[in-house]
Amino acid sequence: MTDAATEQLLEITLRVNGVRRTASAPARRLLSDFLRHDLGLTGTHVGCEHGVCGACTVLLDGEPARACLVFAVTAQAHEVTTVEGIGHDPANLSPVQQAFAECHALQCGFCTPGFITTITAYLDENPQPTPEEAREAISGNLCRCTGYQNIVKAVVRASEIVREREEETR
Amino acid sequence: MTTRQVGEPVQRREDPRLLTGNGRYLDDLGLGALQAAFVRSPHAHARVVDIDITDAWELDGVEAIYTWEDLDGRVGEPLPVLIPHPALTHPRTGYCLAKSEVNHVGEAVVMVVARDRYVAEDACGRIHVTYETLKPVVGLENARAATRLVHDDAPGNVAANLLQEVGDVDSAMAAAPNTLTLELEIERSACMPMEGKGVYARWDADDASLRIYSSTQTSTGVRAAVAAKLEMPLAKVEVVTPDVGGGFGVKIMHPWPEEVLVPWAARRLGRDVKWTEDRREHFVSSAHERGQLQEVTVGFDDDGRLLALDVRFWHDNGAYTPYGIIVPIITATQLLGPYKPGAYRVEFWSLYTNTVLVTPYRGAGRPQGCYAMERTMDAIAAHLGLDRTEVRSRNFIQPDEMPYDQGLMFQDGRPLKYDSGDFPASLAKLKDLVGWDDFAAYREQAAREGRRVGLGIGCYVEGTGVGPYEGGHVQVETSGRVNVATGLTTQGQGHQTVLAQIVADQLGVRLEDVHVTTGDTRRMAYAVGTFASRGAVMSGNAVALAAKVVRDKALRIAADALEVSADDLEIVDGVISVKGAPGTSIDLKTIAVMSNPLRYAFDTAAQAATQFAGTFDPDKPPVADDDEPGLEGQDFYSPTQATFANGMHAAVVETDPVTAEIRILRYCVIHDCGVMVNPMIVEGQVHGGVAQGVGGALYERMVYDEGGQLLNASFMDFLVPYASEVPHVETDHLETPSPLNPLGLKGAGEAGTIPVTAVIASAVEDAEGFPIRSMPISPAELWELRRQHSSVPVALEGAS
Repeated sequence: MTDAATEQLLEITLRVNGVRRTASAPARRLLSDFLRHDLGLTGTHVGCEHGVCGACTVLLDGEPARACLVFAVTAQAHEVTTVEGIGHDPANLSPVQQAFAECHALQCGFCTPGFITTITAYLDENPQPTPEEAREAISGNLCRCTGYQNIVKAVVRASEIVREREEETR
Repeated sequence: MTTRQVGEPVQRREDPRLLTGNGRYLDDLGLGALQAAFVRSPHAHARVVDIDITDAWELDGVEAIYTWEDLDGRVGEPLPVLIPHPALTHPRTGYCLAKSEVNHVGEAVVMVVARDRYVAEDACGRIHVTYETLKPVVGLENARAATRLVHDDAPGNVAANLLQEVGDVDSAMAAAPNTLTLELEIERSACMPMEGKGVYARWDADDASLRIYSSTQTSTGVRAAVAAKLEMPLAKVEVVTPDVGGGFGVKIMHPWPEEVLVPWAARRLGRDVKWTEDRREHFVSSAHERGQLQEVTVGFDDDGRLLALDVRFWHDNGAYTPYGIIVPIITATQLLGPYKPGAYRVEFWSLYTNTVLVTPYRGAGRPQGCYAMERTMDAIAAHLGLDRTEVRSRNFIQPDEMPYDQGLMFQDGRPLKYDSGDFPASLAKLKDLVGWDDFAAYREQAAREGRRVGLGIGCYVEGTGVGPYEGGHVQVETSGRVNVATGLTTQGQGHQTVLAQIVADQLGVRLEDVHVTTGDTRRMAYAVGTFASRGAVMSGNAVALAAKVVRDKALRIAADALEVSADDLEIVDGVISVKGAPGTSIDLKTIAVMSNPLRYAFDTAAQAATQFAGTFDPDKPPVADDDEPGLEGQDFYSPTQATFANGMHAAVVETDPVTAEIRILRYCVIHDCGVMVNPMIVEGQVHGGVAQGVGGALYERMVYDEGGQLLNASFMDFLVPYASEVPHVETDHLETPSPLNPLGLKGAGEAGTIPVTAVIASAVEDAEGFPIRSMPISPAELWELRRQHSSVPVALEGAS
């Protein structure tokens, strides 16, 4: 056997959605594959594997990052938030998820988790975006189904839902 | 009375699951399965001389390596020609793994199965294939010139040649006061669903059966094809379609080589095997569409009325023709749009090239046909100095001429006969929406500001809801839950919502009690698939018919129980009651209990149906001779012909005087798909369709070099539009119900895409004042056209 024939495995530990998770994987394992296939968190989707489509977007220490451009080992000891961490209960949607349902901002749903993570982070930064700002905020993610205008609408609607929920709990 | 569901913008029932990471797409399944990867040809045209797999076997984790030599039985034979046609005189298909020759870059040559995908790809990298390269045929000009052949035994590179003629074109053309000839070109694009293809197969050795999950648009088609290839009884093959991340046509092609090889390997290895396509594989080994050269000669009178239309076009079908010649047939027939052409002759040649095969992409041949016809309409208007909408209007089929038979054979082998539509009304709505008559003033205002703008228009008719059939099965559980199954698949169109709306209305139950299953051969073994905007028309009507079967049975049992006539009963929110006497009622779920005579009481509801409960006639069998146990029913919908949706689009573009950048300022759609089951979903289909059309008009093209290498096989280089490139779409609807089906439905899936290339060409032409004859158009190409036409005045008087 040659050197390349056996691959060294590393123990990789991340905090994912607030929970400490450990699995063994080679150094070259992409974070997207690590989340999906080693940790079983299949909500994060892979659309292109070259960082263009945004389907695999997760939050790395709160900032959107393309999980297909990050090695799992380099995310060691960092905090990763996937779509499951934003809301995993279909009966209890996050504001962004609820806005997507209300505005018909998804069709096949494959790119959707990447939009949810991206927009969730964006609304923390800009809680009351205009439609133009919303369009710019989502213009790094590809969607092949919706034509985007309902996603733009959903970003604006999500910001309203955040405020509505704040008022309800006040 | 409860709210009627059909016609309401009901929120989608599939969304909460998809929004929370609970979707199950192909690659989400089969944790722990072995993974497949493929060695694919780096050459467009070559003979396979030798394959050396020795190095690859040295890798830890490699379980199997297969070449064509390993393929046994029918797996080693060529893939099927799915849709044969008499005009397809030289059909050619590839093998699951290349036998001795490769005909495009990306063709699968070796399959590796390994512990994981990383290892499988490592092994692929260690496999050495020796090729003897041959000169490839790339592009339609070269295919037509035929100085080299893709397949030695397909002369002239011609796969098919088909001519249809209605009337005497030569005489009508000779007699026409005006004639024009247009040479047109439209480029290759591709579906590019965000989820590529994928297959996961589980072999059950104890049961000698296969379960296959595939990201497909037809589970029954894949099932039949795999059973045939693997020489298995159909009863031992199940195909389940999980959530599908978009299809747009590419997933109706089947069986893909991988759909045969993955189950085959799973059976051979006795292990679960999975393959998930990566993006580069999708670019070079899935299908493309659109590429055509067209030549249109038109004869018309001085008012712009068509007298004769003579169209010849050359269609690039790529390396093989597994899906037949559906795409060019659709171009040839749907080209006519809402118009009466006078005499019409169309002839096409479907040509082989050493490039990725061509199968339907959303719109399927119609964007090309619409482009040819609408470019022609604009050319007539320019020639006569008439308003472009006036020329169109004078050629419209009128509402009182419906149904209108164009005299041609459509893609389903049936007459091209429009069922309904009101084209003058659609045009009036479009002109209002976009402000057609006020555009001249807007153009002048823009010109004063140094801006260059143009207005474009495009009209289409779309054959939707083609047969042969779809089925529906409806079953009421004793809990009141209503299970609905149809065999066609879903890839984002909201079938679980739309079909539930239809059943809720037809049966008289609450929407939330209805649960729809699609694309699972275990639940509905007879089905065709999701393509050609047929889901709502075909399965919508099928589930409505099945719901009626269940409703009739429920009313019959209830009438007996309540001792009233079934005609006096109604079902509202799952309760059957006497009309006008709501006190006398019985729950539908109770009827479900009563419909099934039981020996065993497995729960409290079941007690009511056991042999010692209730009253019965001891002289009659528990299940009558003409009856069946259970409150369920099945029916099929099979129409005599397609139903024809239609629409008209207009766009305002601005072209930068210096950079030639093209920006869409407004995009307006009038859309008529008959009765809309869920207007919100129909709108969504239109938005998405327009976005894909904008991609096709301005950005997307498959750039092959002369060696047959696809130079832009990534999302870095093949430009799919982002939110920043897609305009806000303004829509208005007309509902002319189809007389062909009980629900009055027509399809809505592809409409948004069809006219966009024609509309943008029209608008850019209007802005620039010179003809646009090749699409898509990039800023560089527009800039070059400006240079060529620099003697032409910038503004074309009377162009709008």
